[in-house]
Amino acid sequence: MIYRETGQFKTTYASDQQLFPILQDRIFVIGFLVFAFGVMPFIGSEYLFRAILVPFLILSLAAIGLNILVGYCGQVSLGTGAFMAIGAYSAYNLAVRVPDLNLIVIFLLAGVFSTIVGALFGIPSLRIKGFYLAVATLAAQFFVDWLFARVKWFTHDSSSGNVSAPPLEIFGYGIDTPAQRYLFVLAFVCVFALVARNLVRGAIGRSWMATRDMDVAAEVIGIRPMYAKLSAFAVSSFIVGVAGALWAFVYLGSWEPLAFDVNRSFQLLFMVIIGGLGSILGSFLGAAFIVILPLVLNQLPGWLGIPLSTAMISHIEFMVFGALIVFFLIVEPRGLARLWAIGKEKLRLWPFPH
Amino acid sequence: MNIATTRNLTIAFFILLAAGAVSPMAVGSAKFPQWLEVVLGGLMSGVLYSLVAIGLVLIFKASGVFNFAQGAMVLFAALSLVRLMEKMPFVVALALTVAIMVALAWLIERLVLRRLVNQDPIVLFMATLGIAYFLDGFGQTIWGSDIYTLNVGMPKEPKILLEGTFEGGILVNMEDVIAAILATIMVAGLALFFQKTATGRALRAVADDHQAAQSVGIPLNRIWVIVWSVAGLVALVAGVIWGSKLGVQFSLQQVALKALPVVILGGFTSIPGAIVGGLIIGLGEKISEVYLGPMLGGGIENWFAYVLALVFLLFRPEGLFGERHIDRV
Repeated sequence: MIYRETGQFKTTYASDQQLFPILQDRIFVIGFLVFAFGVMPFIGSEYLFRAILVPFLILSLAAIGLNILVGYCGQVSLGTGAFMAIGAYSAYNLAVRVPDLNLIVIFLLAGVFSTIVGALFGIPSLRIKGFYLAVATLAAQFFVDWLFARVKWFTHDSSSGNVSAPPLEIFGYGIDTPAQRYLFVLAFVCVFALVARNLVRGAIGRSWMATRDMDVAAEVIGIRPMYAKLSAFAVSSFIVGVAGALWAFVYLGSWEPLAFDVNRSFQLLFMVIIGGLGSILGSFLGAAFIVILPLVLNQLPGWLGIPLSTAMISHIEFMVFGALIVFFLIVEPRGLARLWAIGKEKLRLWPFPH
Repeated sequence: MNIATTRNLTIAFFILLAAGAVSPMAVGSAKFPQWLEVVLGGLMSGVLYSLVAIGLVLIFKASGVFNFAQGAMVLFAALSLVRLMEKMPFVVALALTVAIMVALAWLIERLVLRRLVNQDPIVLFMATLGIAYFLDGFGQTIWGSDIYTLNVGMPKEPKILLEGTFEGGILVNMEDVIAAILATIMVAGLALFFQKTATGRALRAVADDHQAAQSVGIPLNRIWVIVWSVAGLVALVAGVIWGSKLGVQFSLQQVALKALPVVILGGFTSIPGAIVGGLIIGLGEKISEVYLGPMLGGGIENWFAYVLALVFLLFRPEGLFGERHIDRV
């Protein structure tokens, strides 16, 4: 009853093309943002920010980046962890070697470096397709793992291979408390989500989707496959690179190459698939699911009063995680975003039967 | 054998020959025996990669599923065998493990594949990732997560061959030789099974064209169970060999990652491709590790295989023996 668009007429092009054409959606999104920016920092606990919200937001950002590549352009990548690592390590090197640089500039430059490498590893996609490409992107993953573990220049000759981010500061303000970190990350995620949302519904996004659906047909109707694929790789790795820099600087603080290994890539791919391929909202839902699930699984035996050793818990966690993924794929292969869309569709009729 | 396969075989042969010819030049003929050792070692480990890769190819051909769980199956099979052997004689334990792998195949078909018919390949791939996670956790929950030594009576000490020809002879790991022989027997057995039995013919029919096979009355579900069982048995053999080499432990699961460049190099749909690809990757990896590794700071074997496969794919996007894919609008 509340959620219906009857009577909302669009009389200008601008109102027809706006991001959220339905009034209720706009109210909801604005209300949600006001809550996230204005209320959340005051009511959230330190644990909530540190263990749930900050990792959730950063991984959502990375998932958006990956979703552009896999969900919108159809190029399956198993090398996301590598591009996060490139973002993280270029941010580290910039911060250490050019100390006066603004933090935001550092993060954006980290994205640029990641873009360059991403486009480079995107070149094989012009010739290789499907699973061949997926495995080929693993080359990027393992090469980058090795590069940052072995070449001392990147880690500033740190003896253990472990590097630490400098204290975070923008325009003279320090970002120290968990709530400040949360706000900093949230601002980044909102800007990039908006950019991504607008990119995918514009001309470039359409060319990505045409390439995804059938690249030969797309080429026939005049879409340049090289331009479409490489731009998808570039945009995707830019966002993923920024997410990697945020992950390293804001969430981890100090890290080693292992933080961005192949398991991170799989984790992000899970987020994208469980959340929904080709959906920005899905990236958020998938990230929330994957971040919160292990926390819940970890606590569950304690809540139920079953004493288990930590090793046992981690094995059972693996099992439940695997089983849930298979379960979700069977129930809704198009992801949580699809469930959300079905729910919205139902809500338009509710509470009337027709 | 048709013309394309013959041509590909020739190409592969020349690549091997070129790799073999270039590397001693870099070394100088004085170190020929050492070089031969490296080459033999590379080929032997290549055989082991092929073993895992064959499992991948079998499943991909018959059901179009890129089975990421193959490594987890290797670990699970080896773990089951090693723990069962503590309680019963080897033969009984082996039979029981085989039964477990068949049951596993049946369960996977029942619970997962059957419900995901007609989904995107990527969805099926993710499902096998889920299976891999599940199997890793399940295996370690019921069998424990320590490092177990698997002793199936393979000789451990290396042998020195050709002492008369070269000074000092060539050091050969007997374990590797036996593994290679086992692998050869298995591949031959698989080839016979595929070529000579009715089930094998049905499997090939399904691999060629699902719909056509179904329309002539081949039961797809049963074929999938058989294929996953065969892949499970291949995983068992790989698990026994790898397990007795490295000990049965969680890292065994990583051999799947080693097999991936092998499959893309050889082509997803070709068993000869998996074998030749395995040999090329094994050889390339060892040679690069020994002669190129010191220059680059070592530890390059993790990515070298992938980069090698990637460079290969730029010239032959379907791998060496993969089916050429023609896109039509």
